[in-house]
Amino acid sequence: MNAANYLYISALLFTIGAVGVVVRRNAIVVFMCIELMLNAANLSFVTFSRINGDLDGQVMAFFTMVVAACEVVVGLAIIVTIYRSRRSASVDDASLLKR
Amino acid sequence: MQLALEVGQTAQPEAIMFWILGPMAVVAALGMLLVKKAVHSAILMAFVMVVLAIFYIAQDAVFLGIVQVVVYTGAVMMLFLFILMLVGVDSSDSLTETIAGLRPIAITAAVGFGGLMVSLLGRATLGRQAIGLSAANADGNVQGIAKELFSTYVFPFEVVSALLITAAMGAMVLAHHQRTTVRPTQRQLSINRFRGESLGSAAGLPGPGVYARHNAVDVPALLPDGTPATSVNASLEARGDMLDYKSFDLAEVNTQIEEEK
Repeated sequence: MNAANYLYISALLFTIGAVGVVVRRNAIVVFMCIELMLNAANLSFVTFSRINGDLDGQVMAFFTMVVAACEVVVGLAIIVTIYRSRRSASVDDASLLKR
Repeated sequence: MQLALEVGQTAQPEAIMFWILGPMAVVAALGMLLVKKAVHSAILMAFVMVVLAIFYIAQDAVFLGIVQVVVYTGAVMMLFLFILMLVGVDSSDSLTETIAGLRPIAITAAVGFGGLMVSLLGRATLGRQAIGLSAANADGNVQGIAKELFSTYVFPFEVVSALLITAAMGAMVLAHHQRTTVRPTQRQLSINRFRGESLGSAAGLPGPGVYARHNAVDVPALLPDGTPATSVNASLEARGDMLDYKSFDLAEVNTQIEEEK
C-alpha cells in the first residue's frame, strides 16, 4: 500500500464535507461538515509530513486544530444566539436581509 | 516510537487497517449527509474523527492522534452535543431542498471536484518514495513537535494563543444574555397570581397523577371535572411519550386489564 492512499481518502472526506455544507439546512450539521473538511485537510498535512520526512506538516495540523476549536466555539455561540431570537437553527430561516 | 515500519510501501498490518477503516470512514461521512437527525450526524462524525486519530497514530503522528481524540471527539463533539440539546434534540432537519435544483448541482460539482482532486493526486505523487518519519521522530514525536513549535513556529504559536483567548471572549459576549426587565421575585409572582383575572390558577397546576388512577410523570393529572390538566413536561409531550389519560379514567376503566406489577 502506498502512503498516498491517505491523500485519496482525505480528498474524498473533503468533498463529502463540502457537499454537506451546501446540501444540509441545519446550521449544526453544516458546522459538523466544516469540521469534517478541516479534519480531511489535517489528514493531508499528516500524510505529507510522513512523505516529506519532516514534522512541519504535523505542526500545521496542530495549528489547524486550534483554529478549528476557536471556530467551533464562536460559531456555536452564534447559532445559539440566532436560535434564541428566531427559535430555529435552519440556515434558510435567517433571511431577514432579503426582505 | 516507530509504528509505520517501512517507508514508501507501508507494512502489511497498516494496509489491512487502512482498507478496513478507510471505507468505514467514508461510509460514515456519507451517512452524515444522509441521516435525518442531527444527533445521528454527530455520532457518525465522532466515528470519523476516531478513525482519523487511528490514521494519525499509524502514520507516526502519535501526539496528533492523541490530541485528535482529546480535542475533537472529547471537547468539540461534546460542545456540538451540548448545543444540540440546547437547540432541541427533536428538531430533525427537513431534507427537502429549499433552493430548486441545488442538490443535483451540488452532487455534480462534488463529483467533478473529487475526480479532479483524485486525478491530480495520482499524477502528483505516483512513483514518489515516502521518506518516513523515523529520522524526524528519533528523539520522540512529542519532543520533535515541541522543538519545531518553540523554535521555527514560535510566533504563529503566540498568535494562535491570542486567537484562542479572543474566541473565548467572543463566545462569552455572544452567549451573554442581558435582562431587559427586572426579574420578578417570589413575592411579586405570588401577588400577580392572586391579583390576576381569575383565582383558578392561584394555587398553580396540579402535579402529574392528581385525581387520576395513575401517578406516573407521563400521565396528565385530571382536574375535578375529569378533563386533563397540562401538567406533563412539555418535552415528554413533544416526544410523544405521554400516556393517554382516558385509559386511567375512573368511568372508562377496563377491569379486564390486570394491574401492572
